[in-house]
Amino acid sequence: MSATNRNRLSAGGLIDRNQTRGFSFDGTRHRGYAGDTLASALLANGVRLVGRSFKYHRPRGIFSAGAEEPNALVELRTGARREPNTRATVTELYDGLEATSQNRWPSLALDALSLNRFLAPFLGAGFYYKTFMWPAAFWEKVYEPIIRRAAGLGRAALEEDPDHYEKATAFCDVLVIGAGPAGLMAALTAARSGARVILADEDFLPGGGLNAEAGDVDRQPAPAFAAGIAAELASLPNVRVMTRTSVFGVYDGGTYGALERVSDHLAVPAPFQPRQRLWRIVARRAVLAAGATERPIVFGGNDRPGVMLAGAVGTYVQRHAVLPGRNIALFANNDGAWRDMLAAQAAGAHVETIVDVRAEVAPELIAAAQAKGIRVLKGAQVIATHGRTLRSLEVATASGTERIAADTLAVSGGWSPCVHLTCHHGGKPAWNEDIAAFVPGTCPPGLSVAGAAKGILGLGACLRDGAETGAESARALGFTVPAHEVPEVADAAFALTPFWHVEGSKGAAFVDLQNDVTAKDVGIAHKEGFRSVELLKRYTTLGMATDQGRTSNVTGLAIMASLTGASIPETGTTIFRPPYTPVSMGALAGHHRGKDFRPVRLTPTHEWARAQGAVFIETGAWLRAQYFPRAGEKDWLETVTREVTAVRASVGLIDVSTFGKIDLQGRDVGAFLDRVYINGFAALAVGKARYGVMLREDGLVMDDGTTARLSPEHYVMTTTTANAAKVFQHLEFCLQVLWPELDVALSSISEQWAQIAIAGPRARDVLARVADGDVSNAALPFMGAVEGTVMDGVKARLFRLSFSGELGFEIAVPARHGAALAQALMQAGETFGITPYGIEALGVMRIEKGHVSGSELSGQTTAGDLGFGRMASTKKDYIGRTMAARPGLADPDRPAFVGFRPVDLSRRLRAGAHFLNRGAAPETANDQGYMTSVAYSPHLGHWIGLGLITRGPERLGERVRAYDPVRGEEIEVEICAPGFIDPEGVRLRG
Amino acid sequence: MRIPCPYCGERDAHEFSYLGDATLTRPDPAAADAEQAFHDYVYLRDNPAGAHEEWWYHANGCRQWLRVTRDTRTHAISGAAPARKSGEPA
Repeated sequence: MSATNRNRLSAGGLIDRNQTRGFSFDGTRHRGYAGDTLASALLANGVRLVGRSFKYHRPRGIFSAGAEEPNALVELRTGARREPNTRATVTELYDGLEATSQNRWPSLALDALSLNRFLAPFLGAGFYYKTFMWPAAFWEKVYEPIIRRAAGLGRAALEEDPDHYEKATAFCDVLVIGAGPAGLMAALTAARSGARVILADEDFLPGGGLNAEAGDVDRQPAPAFAAGIAAELASLPNVRVMTRTSVFGVYDGGTYGALERVSDHLAVPAPFQPRQRLWRIVARRAVLAAGATERPIVFGGNDRPGVMLAGAVGTYVQRHAVLPGRNIALFANNDGAWRDMLAAQAAGAHVETIVDVRAEVAPELIAAAQAKGIRVLKGAQVIATHGRTLRSLEVATASGTERIAADTLAVSGGWSPCVHLTCHHGGKPAWNEDIAAFVPGTCPPGLSVAGAAKGILGLGACLRDGAETGAESARALGFTVPAHEVPEVADAAFALTPFWHVEGSKGAAFVDLQNDVTAKDVGIAHKEGFRSVELLKRYTTLGMATDQGRTSNVTGLAIMASLTGASIPETGTTIFRPPYTPVSMGALAGHHRGKDFRPVRLTPTHEWARAQGAVFIETGAWLRAQYFPRAGEKDWLETVTREVTAVRASVGLIDVSTFGKIDLQGRDVGAFLDRVYINGFAALAVGKARYGVMLREDGLVMDDGTTARLSPEHYVMTTTTANAAKVFQHLEFCLQVLWPELDVALSSISEQWAQIAIAGPRARDVLARVADGDVSNAALPFMGAVEGTVMDGVKARLFRLSFSGELGFEIAVPARHGAALAQALMQAGETFGITPYGIEALGVMRIEKGHVSGSELSGQTTAGDLGFGRMASTKKDYIGRTMAARPGLADPDRPAFVGFRPVDLSRRLRAGAHFLNRGAAPETANDQGYMTSVAYSPHLGHWIGLGLITRGPERLGERVRAYDPVRGEEIEVEICAPGFIDPEGVRLRG
Repeated sequence: MRIPCPYCGERDAHEFSYLGDATLTRPDPAAADAEQAFHDYVYLRDNPAGAHEEWWYHANGCRQWLRVTRDTRTHAISGAAPARKSGEPA
């Protein structure tokens, strides 16, 4: 460990040398300091080779110092927390961090697949499309798996993510995105006006470029100035400073998406803390101060470890006190990069050579460089690099080619403002000749841009622009902005000569390092006609993956522009879409995963049913008792058969609280019901319930249920469990939009009332022991509905309804009494052997009785199909009536509802089987309909079914085939009436 | 998207469900051309580029149907009014 931090300067930087952070890379242990990123700590420890490239497995190093990083992608953590493709440059160093290089085998230093490099001539743009064409069957089985093994980056953890993620919403007047010089000033001026401000920055330390700035601001070091403003902001009650937070998208109505990396800088999140938090920030105004990204120059060998953006060299030296190398050279086309090198030199770096493509450079810069002993080569270009990691460069000058020793080559081709968020509403960026870069065009409403993101390249100007943009945003919202002073910083002129690509340089010249796209690939795309930037992107993969071409897009399209002869603005950019930086699936899912994917609703008797040993099943949003197994029962069918038999022989009970329940009150409820049900309700007497069917306006059945009239102006409706919300919304639409003149008020009471059904010949005996009043046939006849009390004074509604074909009642009590009611009924029924039953038995009994249910109310059936044709009133209009008369829906050949029994009674029926006439070939043209529901009938002792078959009711007794190609079965069935038990209804009227 | 509910204030669009064109009127079922009129009412929709009046239901709020004016090109919402005019029974 003697070499630990050998590239660290002895003083300076924004690191805490008293707080060491131990970490490992590919199993080797190193030490860094608090304030390091993984990248700065690797460089401090002399680690320059950090990964292998995507396609050619070329050795790659650290290229940048920020979110734009294309190369230094590592696997972070191990086991279930293993996270691939993590950018080392934005990974905050923590004690115990474990990182592994990616895409190498068997090791980073010796990578067998780097042979791909020698295949490079064959692996160019469009290679996959051209090469693996034949035979077609080979693609899935042979080619794709091999390509996937050879290409690609990290490995995802194959275990469940042990961490949890949160979602949160925040509101503010002014959202400031980016806490660099412009962002800090914008937030400060807006905050001092009293506006509620959120300042979000992706870094763990606010300050942005100020943290890598060598000079003073406001008579103090730039980082101290940034820290001072950040501290003032943090102290204001109307400001929330969110570090480690990336604003990744601009959505409609001033809504911004942001990802807060709450615990990514810790080995394991603190107790009860999420790993990440996904924010929805609703802002009245926003200031984008996301800065600019430096872009490289493309030349042969520009991907060798040791080649790095010039600004990144500056950041590592100034902010992290790390020397990326011992012997630095610069290759640039602009003045800014010179000043970065001069500052780095002053801080202790050794800069030996500056290569500038420009023939003319400001004399004072040349003088300053030469005064420090830096050799200057003007009008020169780097044409090749050498070394495993960089050892030397070849430079072409006017007088010839020379070889220059350097272990680090700082590169700068200028700066590209981070305009991405300004384009999220479709705005196109505009080309600015002065800085040879795209600057914001039309912005999303309420979003202003400040500082470098707007194309302002100069610290003093960024501070002023930030303050002014922050003030404008606050003023636009009606806040009074107090006078504010902006520190003066003298900005040197920004001089740049556009230069993109060293033509004729030696070796592969990479445009997009992350996707291994070379200048030659852009040429191939051009030659083959993929010249539009959108096609260029898809054909070559330029600009895809985690960095989204942050350092390659403009260069790529500049090269394309030079090939086509069009200008860069004519060539245009691809469209920037959210997210700006990668967002983990975990954060997008938040708590909605596994059991918490969506909340489960529990019935009022849930705990009681659990105590009875119920097996539960999710039905829609509800968890309901499926059946109640007893010791010794070998399968569900045995249990369900016992439950059905017990009901038919004596009595059983089931919680039916999940039905939608709607309270209707007003003078016009009867008229209203007449318009929403196909059958008449206006004449429904007080104390009676009626079954009704509702259509959609297109004439198909929407739902069924019963509605009871409790008093002249008070009705209660039930809907199916599945359609409860839909029906309620539909009724509200009818009332509020179609017939606002009707005096009806609706209220959902599904949650407020528990409802338990009891069924079987002994049902009345049980009810009589629980109800406080008379429940005789005279007092509560079939389809009767009365209000009363049960269990000595508990308010109740009693309905005499049956879904099973047996004598049946439904008892509704306020939800809090639901469990007590179940217990009271069990007690009252003990002598009759009362049996709790689940929804399986409920389903069996309704099939035996021939009632339609969800499988038949499929959204494709008409009232006529389901046998309700005669129920439909001809004396009134109702929703869906006109459209139901369309020829296609009134066609007598439509499949209609009947029952089925197997000809061989020992055979099992299958739902989903299609009906074919005897002798007909199994073709769609011969399809007669299909089986919708099946059950084993304990009553009959064989399987029965319900289904829809062409002209079904006219074909009773006919035999057809039930054809089930999915299960490979075909059996003969007989069409019968859809009522297998008590078709005359003697039992339920008893 | 944010919808300015006249009862609940500005709320996120997630609280609402969408129905579509709010300028349609349910045809008179007794009219001679009722079948054609209902066909058009149920199935035919314009798809304007620009201002569009449409029904939104505030399911996770006041349960009111709102007539919302939205620009289909920008999602800018310029107004939201209750379906039921004041004075009518609620």
